[in-house]
Amino acid sequence: MTVPDTALFHPASTPDYLPRPQLRALQLDRLQTIVRRAYEYVLLYRQRMDERGLKPEDIRTLDDLPALPFTTKTDLRDTYPFGLFASPMEEVVRLHASSGTTGKPIVVAYTKEDVAVWTSVMVRSFAACGLHAGDIIQNAYGYGLFTGGLGAHYGAEGLGATVIPISGGNTDRQIRLMQDFGVTAICSTPSYFIHLAERAAEMGVDLRKLPLRAGIFGAEPWTDSMRRHIEAAADIRAIDIYGLSEIIGPGVAVECPCQDGLHVFEDHFYPEIIDPDTGHSLPAGAEGELVLTTLSKFAMPMIRYRTRDITSLMEEPCACGRSLRRMRRIGRRSDDMLILRGVNVFPSQVEEALLAVEGTLPHYQMVLTRRHGLDDLEVQVEVTPEVFSDKVGALEAFEERLTRSIEHVVGLRAGVRLVAPNTIQRSEGKARRVIDRRNEQGA
Amino acid sequence: MKLQQISVFLANQPGALMEPCRLLSEAGIDIRALCLADTQQFGILRLIVPERERAERILAEAGLATRATEVLAVEIPDHPGGLTDVLAALHDSGVSIEYMYAFAEGRAGKAVLIFRFDRPDAAMAALQAAGINVLAEVDICAR
Repeated sequence: MTVPDTALFHPASTPDYLPRPQLRALQLDRLQTIVRRAYEYVLLYRQRMDERGLKPEDIRTLDDLPALPFTTKTDLRDTYPFGLFASPMEEVVRLHASSGTTGKPIVVAYTKEDVAVWTSVMVRSFAACGLHAGDIIQNAYGYGLFTGGLGAHYGAEGLGATVIPISGGNTDRQIRLMQDFGVTAICSTPSYFIHLAERAAEMGVDLRKLPLRAGIFGAEPWTDSMRRHIEAAADIRAIDIYGLSEIIGPGVAVECPCQDGLHVFEDHFYPEIIDPDTGHSLPAGAEGELVLTTLSKFAMPMIRYRTRDITSLMEEPCACGRSLRRMRRIGRRSDDMLILRGVNVFPSQVEEALLAVEGTLPHYQMVLTRRHGLDDLEVQVEVTPEVFSDKVGALEAFEERLTRSIEHVVGLRAGVRLVAPNTIQRSEGKARRVIDRRNEQGA
Repeated sequence: MKLQQISVFLANQPGALMEPCRLLSEAGIDIRALCLADTQQFGILRLIVPERERAERILAEAGLATRATEVLAVEIPDHPGGLTDVLAALHDSGVSIEYMYAFAEGRAGKAVLIFRFDRPDAAMAALQAAGINVLAEVDICAR
């Protein structure tokens, strides 16, 4: 493990080292402010607190937080588009959106101050993994409505590094620029970097000989075996970063050089662990669902947002000296959400898309594979006598309607394959809906 | 005089064609004519059989996706230009051929064409007006 050179210490990282009592005092102060703001400006929060007979002044200590109701992804969908905003549009400077569970996207908003907070946690993320002014950071996260691209971009600029805003895709050019510009760090999804490393090998480029020394990987769950593979293939340190757009985007938590858990930026995001079935708070160190409260987000405060990510909090101090608690790397989720090429996908969305075309729900199966580091989704749909036709063109048009419906609802293009009736395996009468082969063959 | 054809959905995988053929064979149903349409993703097996209803029931009970469709069977002399004469007879009627398949019969120098038209009645009228022999179910299945 390497302790960062003090000469390279970034002032933005100061809150990483706040003594716990001071940090807790800061958290309480911010929590009280944000709960008051949510109660005053957001109808949903006010209604839910009133139902429980709660007033903002009832939050006297951090231990009072579990009295507040949860917020879920469904709430964001139900209040689409602006129902959870606590700031007037005059103060909102940015909107991002991601796919929701029923085709409606989820919208998130930022004031100027929110963007500054987001930038600061991204600066701290880069600084925590040893990057600094002088580094050349290739940002291969997608730019656009997805929070990854702009979040990493602002953070890298805020750090004082040089940013290459290349966005995703065009792998050959990514590799060429990496060589030509002497790139020292890259931001992307881990699966995309694996693809990039494979392509580099095909092109005869040895990534280990390039100045590249770090990769900041997030937006999808990955495993330790993927980390070892990446670190060996490119001779870099592969750092895990965590975030979600409902909270702010990337920069909620990040690994330090110890690579043993992700430090949560607790001065802005308050973490709790609950039992996903009962909703009860779990004792320190227990594994459960991560619940986050934004402590300083003005435009769209999130009170006890259920992330559905399963993890645990590590209370013990980290060797790097940060006082921020760590969360273990996300291994699984408490719901059936899948993350495909950075897009959140629920099997219920695929069902809705199929239902929209056929009128009744056919037996189907989602098969996830990974080719060249990129996720592929194939939806296999059993042909019923009702949709079957003797004409090839009619069946192909049917396939195309299913493909378009899925693209419309889910937000990504899946391959649709028609299969014969009763060929999708049922267990106890129910078909297994998702076959995930992405981590087979060491991908 | 229209004929019922049975179509069966086949997944694009080894053994897919075997299943419906085996079922018909076990039921003692003789396939009189067939055509296999294939794409990269799937296939459609089209069959003309005697006892069409029984055949369809057997296939459906085995869980296959089937569909009965009206087609026309046309008998022509098996010599150069035979098909062209039929197409010429249809030309002015404006009907479209969705697909067709043909088989030559072993005897009497005849060939049989199976047509799927967008408007079977208009097609039949045009063919009959041109004196072309449109076969009834009994003709083709009793040979």
